[in-house]
Amino acid sequence: MDFALTEEHVMAQQMVRDFAQKEIYPTIKEWDRKHAPHPDVLPRMAELGILGINVPVRYGGQGFDYITLALVCEELERVDATLRVVMSVHMGLNCMALMQWGTEEQKQRFLAPQARGEKYAAYALTEADAGSDPVSLRSTARREGDVYILNGEKMWISLATLADNILVIAKTDPHAERPHKGITAFMITRDMKGVTTGDIHGKMGVRAGSTGWIAMQDVEVPVENRIGEEGEGFYVAMSCLDNGRYTVGAGAVGCIRACLEDSVKYARERETFGVPIAHHQLIKQKIAYMQQWYDAAKLLILKAGWLKNQGQRNTRETAVAKWFATDMSVKAALEAVQLHGAYGFSDEYDVERYLRNAKGAVIYEGSSEIQQLIQADYALEYRKDKPLRCELPAYDVDYWQSEV
Amino acid sequence: MHVVVIAKNTPDTEATVSVDASGNADWGDKLVVNPWDEYAITEAVLLKGAHNVTATVITLGTEEHAEALKHGLAIGCDQAIRIWDDALAGHDGLAYATAVAAAVNKLGDVSLVIFGKELSDIASDQHIFQTARKLGWNMLGFVAQIEAIDFAAKTIRVSRLTEQGSQVVSSALPAVISVVKDINEPKYPTFIGIRKAARAEIPVWDAAALGLDAAALSSKTAHIRYQALPAREGAVEIIDGATVQEQAEALVDKLLEDKVL
Amino acid sequence: MNVFVWIEQHNGTPVAASWEAIGLARQLGDTVTALVLGQGVDDIAQAAIHYGADAVLKADDATLAQVRFEPYVTLIAHLVQQHNPDIVLAAATISGREVLAGAAADVNAAMLPDVIELSLEDGKLSAARPVLGGKVLSVEAVTADGPQFATLRSRAFPMPEPDANRSGTITEVSPVLADDVIASRVESAAELSGQVSLTDASVIVAGGRGVGGPEGFAPVKELADVLGGALAASRAAVDAGWIPYEHQVGQTGKVVSPDLYIAAGISGAIQHQAGMRTSKVIVAINRDADAPIFRLARYGIVGDLFDVLPALAEAFRNRLG
Repeated sequence: MDFALTEEHVMAQQMVRDFAQKEIYPTIKEWDRKHAPHPDVLPRMAELGILGINVPVRYGGQGFDYITLALVCEELERVDATLRVVMSVHMGLNCMALMQWGTEEQKQRFLAPQARGEKYAAYALTEADAGSDPVSLRSTARREGDVYILNGEKMWISLATLADNILVIAKTDPHAERPHKGITAFMITRDMKGVTTGDIHGKMGVRAGSTGWIAMQDVEVPVENRIGEEGEGFYVAMSCLDNGRYTVGAGAVGCIRACLEDSVKYARERETFGVPIAHHQLIKQKIAYMQQWYDAAKLLILKAGWLKNQGQRNTRETAVAKWFATDMSVKAALEAVQLHGAYGFSDEYDVERYLRNAKGAVIYEGSSEIQQLIQADYALEYRKDKPLRCELPAYDVDYWQSEV
Repeated sequence: MHVVVIAKNTPDTEATVSVDASGNADWGDKLVVNPWDEYAITEAVLLKGAHNVTATVITLGTEEHAEALKHGLAIGCDQAIRIWDDALAGHDGLAYATAVAAAVNKLGDVSLVIFGKELSDIASDQHIFQTARKLGWNMLGFVAQIEAIDFAAKTIRVSRLTEQGSQVVSSALPAVISVVKDINEPKYPTFIGIRKAARAEIPVWDAAALGLDAAALSSKTAHIRYQALPAREGAVEIIDGATVQEQAEALVDKLLEDKVL
Repeated sequence: MNVFVWIEQHNGTPVAASWEAIGLARQLGDTVTALVLGQGVDDIAQAAIHYGADAVLKADDATLAQVRFEPYVTLIAHLVQQHNPDIVLAAATISGREVLAGAAADVNAAMLPDVIELSLEDGKLSAARPVLGGKVLSVEAVTADGPQFATLRSRAFPMPEPDANRSGTITEVSPVLADDVIASRVESAAELSGQVSLTDASVIVAGGRGVGGPEGFAPVKELADVLGGALAASRAAVDAGWIPYEHQVGQTGKVVSPDLYIAAGISGAIQHQAGMRTSKVIVAINRDADAPIFRLARYGIVGDLFDVLPALAEAFRNRLG
């Protein structure tokens, strides 16, 4: 048992913290108010190598481990959830799917430019009528010779209007006897004919991010862009969630930390009844809880990350970490707003933004309710992990960091 | 050809500092790279990128100061050296300069030594100018921009801050410069640099390695104790008034009454 | 005790803090010798005597026309070696810090830089200097024998009254370095024309994030002009590109201690405080009554700087004529 982070972990964490604090934090409030993506986030994350943090060097990445990905997500969401959302979709849901399911040729063609930050990546599973129940999705892929013809519309897609490469889940056999066997994954690119995208406005949170829809009308997708086998798409999609949820949970840890740090600062400065409010016991209680939630959530996330590094299945551990961390981030944000009083209720301070952002994360990538069903089903043994044809590769430092 | 940057860890500038009755100061235990040295390290790495030169980062201090070296390596310096000898405990600026100059001479082939404008902990820049004298090199302090540098022709032209404004000065290399924050936008470590830094074995040069005897490193001044700043008299007096004009008049009255003007 | 004071001058204008150094030298020593280096500096040599010097060593030469590190350090070190003073003082300006530290290294002497208090105990200097971002003072003392160097923070020591009836000897000395062995050349210089230098200023008006943009500095500058003061800014405003870096006060800018520091739209982050907390009277103008700057200030106005500053300028104009 070793709880220590390595020097590499600490330096990488510090570097991402400095970037987010110095470059993004000073103006994030303006972009949140404008409901518009912060224009520096994607290009700077690309330039600094953050978009390829845990991808092997040979595929254009930085060669760090899965724990580093969690630390990066925490630092990003310490400033704003929209920064972490980039890692969730670009890395967790797309790059890591290629690391797990992609062929060597697909890794060279898609993963390497994504890891280098030359291409931005997104993931499109959800539809207007298919969220928690992905098997009910309606998008279709019809094979015609060397191509599949894709039709359908995806909703609530992060980076919909900014991503170059989009991992789309569609039905190749709408009438399959076992419906989840009729689903297949494809990498489509923005430049394909018939692909249109748009933004969704009026969101409660993640306002400085990009969320939208993707419509596909008779989009011709070459067979070489199919990720995994035909009929394997459900497993691809679900394994993506093991990684996406990991980043969401790690981000929520950062959100809790944001609430805690801001609350500590305010409680020391703000005075009532002639003393700093930090001297009042009910304020202390709020801070104590935030600390507890932070510690517990972080341990759950690091445990999931450790399993990933070992190459072990972590569906349950990741799900429980995501559920707990995001639920607690909502509670922490509520307490932080309360602690800040009327100021917390206004956008003079950041805590109301944390609350609006936190509320999203208990809904997307498996709502808290779905996470609870997952945990119960594992406990009741209604659900068991079966080996997959392709597993997420264990972290091997020599393989990850060598050029070839 | 070689560029050397001198960097150090200093207490976090955000830290609150308290002084106890016996004159000891407490600034917490968090150390950061001296804010000015971030610019110095970046400038060395930029020069390395633009010219065919090696960048070496040197610190003088105990092991806890090695982090500044790791930071330098992570940003892109080629090698790091830590200077330390027990004879340097409680060193003054001149002892610092003597040791750093000896290290630069030992490296050999150095064209430029870069310092951050000052050390934020001891609030001093004395050691910088003294390093230049110990080396017998010219000094260009408070550099806001290197306008031209030619390592082969041994020339440099800089724009530097003066108390009256700024000036453009040209000089011969080798030289020592100190840099201010206008000079660049500090770089972040790269991930590849972080990996390199985490694995680096950093050599420690002691007095013997520098070819100095301990007496050469003895200090001529000593820190005696810390002392809290004299307390400000009374709390702030908030000037109220029905109109802003009334407030302004009232404030001017106060300031004239206090003979501030 | 023999005390040397380097009288810093640029283009015939002496640095005021050099006179403060002479004032302190008079208290510390029996004889005070002013070192006046430059070109066409007869008036300054005379003024040094009026301010309290008993003697002047004057080097008047084209190689000294501008303050340059090598010729200045070499000559001052040479004069110290020749005359063996007990103490050598100068103002802790940019040039003063460089030149005195360099000369101290040449003669292998003790040095106490940028001090705000200086006293003599048993023939050894003892000083207080602000350290750690100006949050505490460090008391430091000379332990070695030989000449003792110190630079004095501007405005930390009283300005002596000049006495036009004082007399003293002026001795000409020659530079050590010939022009052709000096490696550096000043190619051009840009002065902050018509602006008061921040370190010399007795009144400073500063703007921060609250001014909102470059044009927001207009009322800040207007008030500075009315008061004959200098214009300053916090890092937030400089980093935003609203005003050049030379106006920045704080940890990574200049350290100032004027009689009056008016901070408008500056929250008072600890890094800003590092540059201005030794100001004698601080006035804070901020919309946020909880801003940390109010904890440092003697007087505060909670309000919009765009209302308050013009009103203040008007009030000062009326009262000061």
